[in-house]
Amino acid sequence: MIELQNVCRTFTVGDQQVTALRDVNLRLDAGEYLSIMGPSGSGKSTMLNMLGLLDRPTSGTYLLDGGNVTDLNDEQQARVRREKIGFVFQSFHLVPRLTAAQNVELPLILAGIPAEERKARVQVLMRNYGLSDRADHKPDQLSGGQRQRVAIARATVMNPTVLLADEPTGNLDRTTGWEVLKLLEGLLEQGITLVVVTHDAEIGARARRQIHMLDGRIVSDERRTK
Amino acid sequence: MKLADTFQFAYGSLRGSPTRTLLMMLAMSIGVAAVVVLTALGEGARRYVVNQFSTLGTNLVIVLPGRTETAGIGPGLMSGQTPRDITLDDAQALLRSRAIKRIAPLTVGSATLSRGALNREVVVLGSTSDLLEVRHMSIGIGRFLPAGDIQEGASVCVLGNQMKQELFGNEQAVGQWVRLGDRRFRVIGVLASQGESMGMRTDELVIIPVASAHQLFNTSSLFRILVEARNRDYIEQAKHDAEEIMVQRHSGERDVTVITQDAVLATFDRILTTLTMAVGGIAAISLAVAGVLIMNVMLIAVAQRIKEIGLLKALGAPGKQIRMLFFAEAALLSTAGSVAGLALGYGGSMIIGQIYPALPVSPPWWAVLAACFTALGTGILFSVWPARRAARLDPVAALAGR
Repeated sequence: MIELQNVCRTFTVGDQQVTALRDVNLRLDAGEYLSIMGPSGSGKSTMLNMLGLLDRPTSGTYLLDGGNVTDLNDEQQARVRREKIGFVFQSFHLVPRLTAAQNVELPLILAGIPAEERKARVQVLMRNYGLSDRADHKPDQLSGGQRQRVAIARATVMNPTVLLADEPTGNLDRTTGWEVLKLLEGLLEQGITLVVVTHDAEIGARARRQIHMLDGRIVSDERRTK
Repeated sequence: MKLADTFQFAYGSLRGSPTRTLLMMLAMSIGVAAVVVLTALGEGARRYVVNQFSTLGTNLVIVLPGRTETAGIGPGLMSGQTPRDITLDDAQALLRSRAIKRIAPLTVGSATLSRGALNREVVVLGSTSDLLEVRHMSIGIGRFLPAGDIQEGASVCVLGNQMKQELFGNEQAVGQWVRLGDRRFRVIGVLASQGESMGMRTDELVIIPVASAHQLFNTSSLFRILVEARNRDYIEQAKHDAEEIMVQRHSGERDVTVITQDAVLATFDRILTTLTMAVGGIAAISLAVAGVLIMNVMLIAVAQRIKEIGLLKALGAPGKQIRMLFFAEAALLSTAGSVAGLALGYGGSMIIGQIYPALPVSPPWWAVLAACFTALGTGILFSVWPARRAARLDPVAALAGR
């Protein structure tokens, strides 16, 4: 359902051409659990941004659910992001002036969903993630683990088909990190496709499919057999 | 995203940085208040002048000797002759016109007014009984000049309020005799205190029959004739008739000038309205300055909220939506600034009105509307660039805070 065909991405830094992705081909089925690993500068974040439609390939094609999304305009791509893709970031990216519940509500507001329905959906989600008593807290009143849980709630409130997590445990201590990871893995049961970018081999090894990147290329693609 | 949600989100981000919001509102409201107060002053001045004119009398047409040319010097001066005088007979002839209701010939001079040892130089107005009506004067004690043959010079006079005070103090003045130049006049009335009207203090006048004034000043010419038209619709007719009658009587020569009060009024009205607009326009510059301030602060806001913008994009907000959010912020800010400015402006106008009660200070509706729309317009206009900048941010770089 996700397919990258011969995707290249080059940046111009100063007067130098930097290649972040070289001729990448990747096919990902629905419900897969993929981890992308590699040293910094290997192109794993660019890959994630590409999958999340935050970046456009310099050349190559990106097919999502069978449709070519490479040539969509800004508004159409925004719509795809809104409806099919959820993001979880290393530094949470919660809006500091909004409460936890309001942060979770944000994608629903952007999608133009009526207020009553928004409230109901946010409430259910907050309960599921054990955040009900934190709903009216601002992000700076929450612990790191709670913040990431709010961020995951926000990423899933639109029921996306793909969840992209960029170093989701990077800013958390070990125990909290595992908890967050378990929460993300729990979403697999709902049929979500989970992509985790990490440089932590231990975390990466949990995924059923692991790819390693180096210098903008996929150097290994392994499937863990149960 | 729904419009209501857009505005609510914008409101939230404005509340998120109260100092910034308050400062921008202050700049906006000072601009609006400046426009409101300054145009209120201009409008007040205009209405003051219009009021002054209406105290002069209504439906007035004024006949004065000599032809006023629009440019250069009059033909009379070129040929070395002065224009023909206007006489009392000329004045009476004007009453032949149907359009003319009343006339009041005027002769003006100065003479020494004395009673016993007290004497004072005064402006003497020679006229007829109709002057009271034509000039909207009112009598305080006694009565005004008697009606009758205007060629007959009775030795009676009407004193301005201040003249009476100076000569008689609190004594009874009506019935007493005063000396004006080399003639004696009996006081028959005292004018009610009226204050100033178009630079002529009626309180310091002495009014005598026009024929007596001619004898006193040894002349037979009139300073001018005040003509009251039958009503508003007859003003032009009265002006035309007056001109024709004067031409006839002056053997075909157009040597008088006839002006209507309306024309003078209209000129003043135009000048003062233009002035009000000019002053308002200058004040509007401060609104433009406020606009630049808004742009500046918005640009800073875009830089400060770069991560938030990146996040909104990642969550699926298209560039258009981001632009709308910034426009909504600018619109809210301008609206709030305008409202505060209006309150400030009206408050200021009221205070000025209290300090100068003579000036009918109130901002004209067009200036208020213009101020609000300019505020809203500049607010949104100057947010276009920051909003576009925010909308065009690369989401990856924005999320990284770059």
